[in-house]
Parts: sequence; structure tokens; C-alpha cells
Amino acid sequence: MTSESLAREAFLEALVYDDPVQLYERAPCGFLSTTPDGVIVKCNGTFRTWIGLEAGDIVGKLSFVDLLTPGGRIYHETHYAPSLKMHDSVREIALDLVRSDGRRLPVLVNATLDRDIDGRPRVIRIAVFDATERRRYERELLRAKEAAESSEERAHSLARTLQQTLIPPTPPTIPLLDVAAAYRPAGDGVEVGGDFYDVFPAGHEDWVVVIGDVCGKGVDAAVVTALVRHTVRALAVGHDEPSRILEGLNEVLLQHETDRFCTVALMRLRRDSDGWYAVLGTGGHPSPLLVRGDAAPEPCGGGGPLIGIFDHPSFAETTLRLLPGDLLLLYTDGVPEGRRDSDLYGDERLLATISRHRGSAADLVGGLVADVLDFQRQDPRDDIAVLAIGVPHA
Amino acid sequence: MDARTKFNVTVTGPAEGQPMLFAHGFGCDQNMWRHVAPAFADDFRVILFDLVGAGGSDLSAYDPVRHATLQGYADDVLEIIRELDLRDVVFVGHSVSAMIGALAEVAEPERFDKLVMVGPSPRYIDEAAYVGGFAEEDILDMLDSLESNYLGWSAAMAPAIMSNPDRPELGEELTESFCRMDPTVARQFARVTFLTDTRPELARVTTPTLVLQCSNDLIAPVAVGTYVRDTIPGSTMTMLEATGHCPQLSAPHETVAAMAGFVRGGPGE
Repeated sequence: MTSESLAREAFLEALVYDDPVQLYERAPCGFLSTTPDGVIVKCNGTFRTWIGLEAGDIVGKLSFVDLLTPGGRIYHETHYAPSLKMHDSVREIALDLVRSDGRRLPVLVNATLDRDIDGRPRVIRIAVFDATERRRYERELLRAKEAAESSEERAHSLARTLQQTLIPPTPPTIPLLDVAAAYRPAGDGVEVGGDFYDVFPAGHEDWVVVIGDVCGKGVDAAVVTALVRHTVRALAVGHDEPSRILEGLNEVLLQHETDRFCTVALMRLRRDSDGWYAVLGTGGHPSPLLVRGDAAPEPCGGGGPLIGIFDHPSFAETTLRLLPGDLLLLYTDGVPEGRRDSDLYGDERLLATISRHRGSAADLVGGLVADVLDFQRQDPRDDIAVLAIGVPHA
Repeated sequence: MDARTKFNVTVTGPAEGQPMLFAHGFGCDQNMWRHVAPAFADDFRVILFDLVGAGGSDLSAYDPVRHATLQGYADDVLEIIRELDLRDVVFVGHSVSAMIGALAEVAEPERFDKLVMVGPSPRYIDEAAYVGGFAEEDILDMLDSLESNYLGWSAAMAPAIMSNPDRPELGEELTESFCRMDPTVARQFARVTFLTDTRPELARVTTPTLVLQCSNDLIAPVAVGTYVRDTIPGSTMTMLEATGHCPQLSAPHETVAAMAGFVRGGPGE
């Protein structure tokens, strides 16, 4: 062995057998020993330097809690102390020490409770780590988390507000016609959907009922949905025929700087002797279903070109008479296309559900929406709009 | 959901025994009573539970509106009492649960036989001549302290909150969950606990009450215990040698001895 390596070995050995007092006093963390009820009986130099007090001012005179902020004391007494008594140790407790000059030192604290052979608490040993930077970082993280949560809440409330402008909160009351409608957004409702419906008076005696679905989701789709809803209202002032209203709507959408299109079912209703006379026009929309007596629901109209794609579409019209006891159901594709895993809700389930809820417009809407949501485990992937009108018995 | 599940109710002792209902304080769960409750299980029907959000309670039972006041927690206690059809209840409440017990008693006094309040405080914040021990900013500082301490384990604790009978290690986990609480609930509960003023209700308590007061309790100083004794008509106070805020952990024998005579004495009026 060379003299050089001998010297190095001796050097390392000297390091290993470091003076235990220095090892304790100058450790890179604070060390304290306290009685079981907290009075400090011993602490190292590092801790005294941090606190800014001499041993004589601390030992036997102060308890660990005396060096904490008032809030930290509450935490100590309600969490730290009971937990230490229960588990004989606590780890990573975040506290602030108050230095002699009043400044705070954020620390992380580990502590163990030593017991005598009879199990009685004997001494608490506490290691204290300076956590100034870590705590600052944690606070930044917390603030960022709070900011994220509050902006999510704002987005939720914006979506709700926006959606409410697309859907009348409650359908109007119309003499001799029951109207019921419901809307359920997709998923958690953060995103605004493109489904809408509207019921409004036109002329002296007529009513217009419209349901539709603008393709896509989100704010862009909502803007188009608002445009569609108000365009329909405006066009209904000058045009009686649903097909003309749909044509006008098609032109407005083509001229608008969007490539979004929509499906619409639109109906103009006029009271006649013992019920209502209805003219129905549809553009790419699922057929409304007429529920009469015990017969199977009967599709009326439906289909036709999508609105907002073709230059000169033509929309067919269907006329029907709604008699006392009749129900007419309008819905968007979120109903038959509701999914559970790879299973579609489908027309068969739709028809079966209708036959169980043919009592009234409200019963039909409520029962259908509940069933579609149940099928999708309350988590629909597309939004759902359902509207039913019914002619009450005289 | 039934109250037994919601509040993780555990019942020991003879079924025909007088019911003794233990309520833990802020920051803890029913494990808090592990050295005290068994001492009464020979002759009392001992009922333990976790406040909603703590220990093994069902988190979904937490309702931000109901639990925005201590009355909501008192209603939870009454829900347990009604579901288990308890009468002549000896209610033992630690810390904030002493006040929860007082509120429950004021609402339905006929259910209660005796109240034991361990380290009670009806108001933590100093106000005019009243000394609660804290300033309002101390409480805000404590909320900060809570945030820092709940930062690390908010996700890790979730499994302990959901009860799952298929997991044998559950018992161990529940002990491990001691002093743990859902961070959001803990924060709101801390606000309710430390900002509520229950002083006006104390004079309305009619059930015989014993106050157990620790020496040198930072959370509930002797002056506060004395205030409670002076305000609840006919109540008595016993000073413990135990220090700190949790005598049932630091001095269980002394705590049991201080309660025994009172709870086993004749029935209250």
C-alpha cells in the first residue's frame, strides 16, 4: 500500500469517527428532545441558530409549541400531538417556526416518541428541516390549483348560461295543448351542446314548434345554434309554410361564415274544430312519432336534406291532424344513438319506452329521458333534447 | 344510506346497557377513544362513530350546506340516536364535539341523560371581556397550516375513506387514517369549528353536565372551561392533571376515573 493511499484511508476513518458532539450540534437539520408533554430538554446548534436563541433561553424554559405560530399550535394540538401519541411517530408535518426576531421559518418536522419498558412515554425526538423553498413552491402549486378550479367553475357557469339562451326554461302555456320538453347536456355538462328547441306563437292563432341539432359542440356550435333559433323565429313571421322557413334557414347558414350544418323538425300548428291541424317540415331530422290510442307509434315526415349544405334543397311537408288523446314526440339523435359500451339505445327501445309512457306529454318526456339516461348510466355522450305535445281530452 | 354506514358506527358492550355515545373532536376519529371507551363497555352500551369526512365515514354523506354549521353535525348525532333508538344517552364529546353534543341536547333534551364535555370551548376567538385564546387571524393562519399539511396525501387517503369489506387490511388502514380527513371537508370543518360561537346555546342545556378540563390546554384554556361550567346551569367541572388537549390519549386512566363517578351516578333529572 502506498503512503498516499494509507493517508487517504486514515483521512476517511477520521471522517467516519467524527466527533459525535459535532455530528449532533452541526447536523444539517435541527434536532430537539422534549419531555412527553413538550418541554424542550435538549436542542442542537443548528436549531438554536435558526431560532436565534441561546440554549439557556430554550432548554427547560420553552415547549416546542411555544416556537410555533398560533395557527400551527392549533394544528399541533389537534393533529400532531394526538397522532404522535397514537403511532409513536409523525412524519412530514408542515409548520412554521417563529424566530426570536419574529420572522417565520417554514419547516418540515419528523418526530418519534420513545417509551420506557412499561410503555410509558419517555422522550420525544424531533428533527426539523428547513423547507422555505419547498413551501413557496407548494403555495404556488396550491394557488395554481385554486385558479384552475375557479376557471373550471367559470367555464361551467358560462356553459350553463349559454345553454339557457338556447333552450326556453319552461315551454309556454298554450290553451288546449300540453307541451313538455327536456334537455340534458352530454357528459358533465361543461361543454355546450348543439341541440335546441323552441315553442312560440306565430300570427294570431298559430304556434310554431321546432327542435334541432347543430353539428358539433362547444362555443362555436352554440353561436350557430343561437343563429338558427333566432333565424327560425324571424322567418316564421313572414312565412307560413315550414318548407319555406327551412329554405330561408338553409340560405342564412350557407351565407354565414361557418361550415356547420344542422337538422331541424319544424311544425306550424293551428287550432281546428276538435284538435290541431299541423304542417310539419323536416331537414335531415329523425321523424317525429305520433302516438295515438294503443297503436304503435307512427313516424311522420322526417328525413329531407341537411340544412346548411346544399344550394337549392327542397323540403317536403307532411300534414296531420292531432286529435284529443294524441301525443306527438320530437327528439334529437342523442336519443336513439345513446350508447352503452358498444350497445345503441336504438329505435326498438325508443318505441318500447314510448308505449310505457303514453299517459301525457310530461309523462312521455320524463319517462323517455330517464330511460335514455339510465341506459347510458347517467353519462350521455351526446346531448339529448325531447319535446312532446299532446291534445288533452275535452 | 343508513346512519351506521354513513358515520361508521361501532357498538360494543351489553345491548341492554345504558347507551354511552362518544364523539371525537376536530382532526381525529373514533380511534381517539380507544383507551377510554373500553373501560365503560362492561356496563354501558358503548357507541363510537366518525364525524362525516373523518376516519371511516362515508364522504358522500358530506353536504356543504348541512355541514356549514355545527347544527348540521348535531343533526347527524340525532340521526344516529334515532336510528339506534337510543334513550337516556350519556354523551361524551371531545373538543368541538362537546358543542355538537350541546346543540343536539338543546334540540332533543329528552334523549339525553348526561353530558361529558372533554376540553370544550364555545368560542375560540377573544371577544371583548371573553377570552377564547385566539385572535381571528390565528384561525386563518391555522387554515393555512391545514392546507400545507393536507397537500401531500389528499389522493393517498382516498382508499381509507371508502369502506370495502373485501379488504382485510381495512382495520389497519382505518387506524392509519387516524387524524386524516378529506382536505376540503377538513378545511370547512375547521372554519365551522373555530369560527362558530356556541355561547348563546349553553344556557339552554338542561341535561346534567360534567366538564373535564386539562391543565395547560392551548386549545381550550382553563378560563374557557370555567366559562362553560358557569354558563351551563348546574354543571360541574373537574380539573385534570393531564396537559394538552387530548387527555383521553395522554392520560386515559385519569380521564376514565374522572368520568366514572359522574356517568355511573344516579340518573339525571
